[in-house]
Amino acid sequence: MPLAKALNAGLRAAMTADDHVLLIGEDIGKLGGVFRVTEGLQAEFGERRVIDSPLAESGLVGTAIGLAMAGFRPVVEIQFDGFVFPAFDQITSQLAKITNRHEGAMQMPVVIRIPYGGHIGAIEHHQESPEAYFAHTPGLRVVSPSTPNDAYWMIQDAITSPDPVIFLEPKAKYWMKGEVDTSERALALHASRIVRRGTDVTVVGHGAMVTTLLQAAALAESEGTSCEVIDVRSLSPIDYGPILDSVRRTGRMVYAQEAPGNVSVGSEIAATVMERAFFALESPVIRVSGFDVPFPPAKLEGVYLPDADRILEAVDRALAY
Amino acid sequence: MTPPDESALVRVLAADGTFAPTPEAERYLPIIDALSDAELETFYRDMVVVRAFDRQATNLQRQGQLALWPPSLGQEAAQVGSVRAARAQDHFFPSYREHVVAMTRGVDPLDIIRVMRGLTHGGWDPTDPRNGNVHIYTLVLGSQTLHATGFGMGLVFDGRCGTGDPERDEAVIVYYGDGASSQGDVHEAMVFANTYRTPQVFFLQNNQWAISVPVATQTRGPLHARAAGYGMPSTLVDGNDVLASYAVSKLAFDEARSGSGPQAIEATTYRLGAHTTSDDPTKYRTSDEEQSWVARDPIARMRAFLEGRGASASFFSEVDAVAQATADDVRVRTNELGGLDAASMFAHVYSADHRLLQEQERWLADYEATLEGGVA
Repeated sequence: MPLAKALNAGLRAAMTADDHVLLIGEDIGKLGGVFRVTEGLQAEFGERRVIDSPLAESGLVGTAIGLAMAGFRPVVEIQFDGFVFPAFDQITSQLAKITNRHEGAMQMPVVIRIPYGGHIGAIEHHQESPEAYFAHTPGLRVVSPSTPNDAYWMIQDAITSPDPVIFLEPKAKYWMKGEVDTSERALALHASRIVRRGTDVTVVGHGAMVTTLLQAAALAESEGTSCEVIDVRSLSPIDYGPILDSVRRTGRMVYAQEAPGNVSVGSEIAATVMERAFFALESPVIRVSGFDVPFPPAKLEGVYLPDADRILEAVDRALAY
Repeated sequence: MTPPDESALVRVLAADGTFAPTPEAERYLPIIDALSDAELETFYRDMVVVRAFDRQATNLQRQGQLALWPPSLGQEAAQVGSVRAARAQDHFFPSYREHVVAMTRGVDPLDIIRVMRGLTHGGWDPTDPRNGNVHIYTLVLGSQTLHATGFGMGLVFDGRCGTGDPERDEAVIVYYGDGASSQGDVHEAMVFANTYRTPQVFFLQNNQWAISVPVATQTRGPLHARAAGYGMPSTLVDGNDVLASYAVSKLAFDEARSGSGPQAIEATTYRLGAHTTSDDPTKYRTSDEEQSWVARDPIARMRAFLEGRGASASFFSEVDAVAQATADDVRVRTNELGGLDAASMFAHVYSADHRLLQEQERWLADYEATLEGGVA
């Protein structure tokens, strides 16, 4: 099923399992959200559990905190990545710190769903990748599924997490289809995963970029280069085990991400790999990122966003050492 | 400073303690008539005891025992009135100057001291029944108004209010100030509260100053009048009159818990002390202004009222003794407070394991062990 439908199924399963799971956001009720992720859920669970909120993001997250204090597990939908910033204070100064401030006496099981990233040709504020802000914030967990199966399971695991989870949905992949095994969870919420085996270069990324990495790996193979592809899945905490194991075998690594590269998740992973696998590296870890400019007007997104060619250029550079 | 809108003001006790209800206070008189002598004395005792604690805390800061202290001096009546109007099942979301609220509901004053001493960011567990459902302080202005509103939404969704049973129905009160009234979160809280009809009291203590900035910089019009824009009833009360504050809060709580939706109160009061001990009010306000509010002091006013009703001298000396004992006890226990274990920094950032923190905690322990080894 498509990734958006898998999220919908995951939300339905979580709401069925716990009657204090509720969804709140803008246009998520009758409309089912601008991406239809919550389609049909209000009809099924009622207006008290799938709530169309006033149009105010700080209010959404601030009241979700209060709902969690009252024993609920709110799942907040932020309509688009660029609209999360009015709620930035409530997320970073409140939600992220409340459990710590209470010395553990108050859990904060709040999920903030954010459709993020480019590839949809939209206007300003609708194509951004804000993950670094949240991964940088102690107290938050940050994850991003790249497949329908992960979307189905990771949203449920995020909802049962006792901690706040920033759940980044690669909006470009909402319509991407994949098998969903509803009988058994494949992987823990915060595990990274090798999605394609290879021997020459380790290429790593998250969210929509995983698809691009796989395209690049297929092209590289036709040119005689074997890429191992890793989906990080969780940006806080980051599961370095599979990444380090891979780099120790290949000796080379490229990280690809849509976000601007300066002080990014890819920067952090590159630095950590160099600290922990320095003697295994044959070349520097190379980052392929969005440029350090505001996400450009849509006609330039093809230039801005890393594609398979830019990833292969980086792979070639890594192999040239 | 905005002059209080006298025609809209609910006041029962004049500044000299005489019983002189304003026209707006008429509807509240049955609530006040129903108060027993013991309850009236409790209001007075609450105010005197917390003022003694507040003075002690200010002194402890001056002596280097606390990093900072935000005095509640002068705001006792607004807070005591609102707290005593609540029921046991009600929930409190303070800002950071609500020492009277916290203590009157049962929070150990030493827990507030520990926050200001740099030992904790929270101080107490709001889920522990001993703390009277008082949530911990929030330092970012206005943030807690949204938390209170969300909590109130939870009460609505769980059917914990509006059943018509006042013994069971729960309500929420949130405290904020004239400065915070300018924050967007307060606006959004009022929007959400009215949309979802939360059982909530928005309690604005207008103490006239946001650090050095007078309330006239926050607003041209009366703050209580803003409620009408959200479709919410509001009341302006003399916050230095504990009886008026009690009566207005009582009615607001009852309306809120019964399902009538959120209620707004603006309590006119004055921060007689500094914003915090780091502040110097002589730089921005006059002694004449301060003295004009000393003349309206909430404790002196209630004392004159009680004396007029024949309260005995022994009652007042007994209250003074309790207040002194509370202040002394806080001083003794403050001096006994220990330090913090470095590992505690990592303990509660997350409720479940987080690899990065586990690694850092291990690293710090190993690092400190090498330091100890080096010293030995």
